[in-house]
Amino acid sequence: MDTTGTFWMPQGASSIAGEVDALFYFIFWASVFFFLLVVGLSIYFIIKYRRREGREEATSHVDYNLKLEVIWTAIPIILVVIVFFWGFNTYMKMQVVPRDAIEIKVTGRQWMWLFDYPNGSNSINELVVPVDQPVKLTMSSEDVIHSFYIPQFRIKQDVLPSRYTITWFEATNTGKYDLYCAEFCGKGHSEMLATVKVVSQDQYAAFLEGAGMEGGEGMSLEQVGKQVYTSRACNTCHSIDGSPNVGPTFKDAYGHEVELSDGSTITVDENYIRESILEPKAKVVKGFQSVMPTFQGLVSERQIDGVIAYLKSLSEVKEVEQSE
Amino acid sequence: MSTATTTAADTQDKVNYLNVSKGIKSWLFTLDHKRIGILYLFSVMAMFLFGGILALSIRLELLNPGADMMTADTYNQIFTLHGAIMIFLFIIPSVPAILGNFVLPIQIGAKDVAFPRLNLASWYVYIAGAGLAIYSIIAGSVDTGWTFYTPYSTQVGGAVISMVLAVFILGFSSIFTGINFIATIHRLRAPGMTWYKMPLFVWGLYATAIIQVLATPVLGITLVLLILERAFGIGIFDPAMGGDPVLFQHFFWFYSHPAVYIMILPGMGVISELISTFSHRKIFGYKAIAYSSVAIAFLSFGVWGHHMFVSGQSQYATLIFSFLTFLVAIPSGVKMFNWVSTMYKGSITFETPMLFTLTFFFTFAIGGLTGIFLGATATDVHLTDTYFIVAHFHYVMMGGTIMAFFGGLYYWWPKIWGRMYNEAWGRISALLVFLGFNLTFFPQFVAGTQGMPRRYFMYPDKYQMLNVVSTTGSWVLALGLVIMAVVLIYAMGWGPKAPKNPWGALTLEWKIDSPPPPHNFEETPKVTHGPYDHDKVKVKPEKVGVPA
Repeated sequence: MDTTGTFWMPQGASSIAGEVDALFYFIFWASVFFFLLVVGLSIYFIIKYRRREGREEATSHVDYNLKLEVIWTAIPIILVVIVFFWGFNTYMKMQVVPRDAIEIKVTGRQWMWLFDYPNGSNSINELVVPVDQPVKLTMSSEDVIHSFYIPQFRIKQDVLPSRYTITWFEATNTGKYDLYCAEFCGKGHSEMLATVKVVSQDQYAAFLEGAGMEGGEGMSLEQVGKQVYTSRACNTCHSIDGSPNVGPTFKDAYGHEVELSDGSTITVDENYIRESILEPKAKVVKGFQSVMPTFQGLVSERQIDGVIAYLKSLSEVKEVEQSE
Repeated sequence: MSTATTTAADTQDKVNYLNVSKGIKSWLFTLDHKRIGILYLFSVMAMFLFGGILALSIRLELLNPGADMMTADTYNQIFTLHGAIMIFLFIIPSVPAILGNFVLPIQIGAKDVAFPRLNLASWYVYIAGAGLAIYSIIAGSVDTGWTFYTPYSTQVGGAVISMVLAVFILGFSSIFTGINFIATIHRLRAPGMTWYKMPLFVWGLYATAIIQVLATPVLGITLVLLILERAFGIGIFDPAMGGDPVLFQHFFWFYSHPAVYIMILPGMGVISELISTFSHRKIFGYKAIAYSSVAIAFLSFGVWGHHMFVSGQSQYATLIFSFLTFLVAIPSGVKMFNWVSTMYKGSITFETPMLFTLTFFFTFAIGGLTGIFLGATATDVHLTDTYFIVAHFHYVMMGGTIMAFFGGLYYWWPKIWGRMYNEAWGRISALLVFLGFNLTFFPQFVAGTQGMPRRYFMYPDKYQMLNVVSTTGSWVLALGLVIMAVVLIYAMGWGPKAPKNPWGALTLEWKIDSPPPPHNFEETPKVTHGPYDHDKVKVKPEKVGVPA
């Protein structure tokens, strides 16, 4: 994580950040000037013209000065017109996507971000992009309004369920950057976090080759599951330390009996875990809302096996009699 | 408690609006604008207490980055309740319905408002709306934020309809007040009270009333559309039925942005009174201040889209809204410069209301100037929906309207109750409120520019330092407010008797007894001088009966 930057602004890391910051600091210093003018004058007046002996009466009855009124109307007007055009000029650059941009589809969903790349691969909660390359994001939501926000890139755009919205950026430095949801979207709003990983062109190409391919050769199922737990964003809602979150914890889940929302009970076994990944609304544990989206098509068979192995590793019970 | 009896009891024996009749019925069915102001005072301040406790629990939860004292659901409901209560049940009615009701008719030399029954009705409508609002948020577990954005809001059961209904009902309460004030100002001014002899507080309320009457009906339209959608399945806002959720935002802000000026204009009116009185000098730029209020009222209808720069609205709309937003900044700046100039070569004293006025200059300047960052489209993209917004509107609403309201409360308290508050403790409360407020909200600007989104139940660790400072500030602020409450409540019952005119002010309410007689004026006053003619009329502040 990049922790440099100024007191006010985090380190900029996109082609537009410098321009936004320049405008920010122009307004900032103009504001500081006017603030000091108002507060400074006030302090000067209250000291100089405070009531004291020999000064019980006001000494000026000037109650109007056309010249002053014109000056303090005109100067702010000139300044805000400058700020307006400057702001809009930069804003248009943020809106007009360069022709050579690569396109990534962004989908907001309570509460995760899905990214679909041009070659058909995808990732969840981790957006991988090449450095020094304009990236166009075509975005939509599957449920409510979200907002796609990368502070260090200075971009933000609401993500709507009714139509596509578009934004773009060109990352200028490799590294990892925070991506937040900035429009309130319910219970998991503050956990709808993702990371933008800016990599070199070569690494990006390599990523596209292997994206969504956790569980390659040479990994144990448990390792695969552990990787999927974060890469497919299970960790947004399921803890591994026993504390309940949006969803039940993974700790000591496997092999234990849970009560479902319809009052029946079920033992958490391989088939229940599999069903809960592919059809999460089928059997919801009592006390939790039915809010988990389906992962049908987003995880491979091997990854499901991995998650099951991972849950087993988090539980004292290692073996149960299969329900079906 | 013992000091009160040592004063001459002659004023107490006089008939005033407080002792003219007794019993609960004499209050619940009163048509006296002053008593209705008192009814509002107690109900609105109860809401402020409620909303304030919610604010403290929000800050407490945010002391640490993780989940500490409540669940995400509870947190979301609490910030929704906090926002809805503070906006619709506290700030909007605070200055107009409490201070305006009490002071406006007296300031223009009238015996009451034009429609006393409508005035009382407005209070009952307020109570009904408040009840429905709190019921629908709590019973419907509304956790949408006070903005009720669709389609999220339509997922949480039908509560959003009853909530919008509640806001609409509350809107009627302020329409009633608005109509009443417009009619009163047009028809009931005393002889000699020309438009340009009206106190600027009256001008502020007049501008406010115009917005109240014109903007609120749009909420009614929104409500009808919501009902049409849910009852008849006509897709208007819900994308699942082919509607457009952004349309809801347009409707919502078409009312709620002018509502921001419903909140700030009366506060600006209060400041105009206080700055002249405590500078003991004629106000500077009377007409500029009066006209800028009206200019703000009209411009306020054209800027709602600045809440929606990243919402997906057309970029051309964004262009126009950005431009109009900058225009509305100008009259606010003009007011500020005129107020500060009023102190020039004055003879300034520093009673508690003046301390709140100076606080207002400080905090409202920051609130207004940070609005420039948000009006500029390019910087707004980065800052909107972050804590920068949260800090900005608290600086405008609390740092602006509420500071003015507190100043006004202290200022008119002797007139309302006929008793003085303790000046030393009043000053301490003002100082603590100033420190606590800035400590609470200034760090939030930095959290926002650093990227912390608003309405976050948990947050990344890197923002913790700023949140710790903010939460600490909220305790200082709370302490200041508790002291203020004690000072005011104590004064109400046990303070020394207040003279007619403790400040040496020139507006009409200071020419009548404290507390005022039931019908304000024994005989219709004749207005011979302007409200701030300190250069022509010499009035010394009257001494309080008891040594301070």
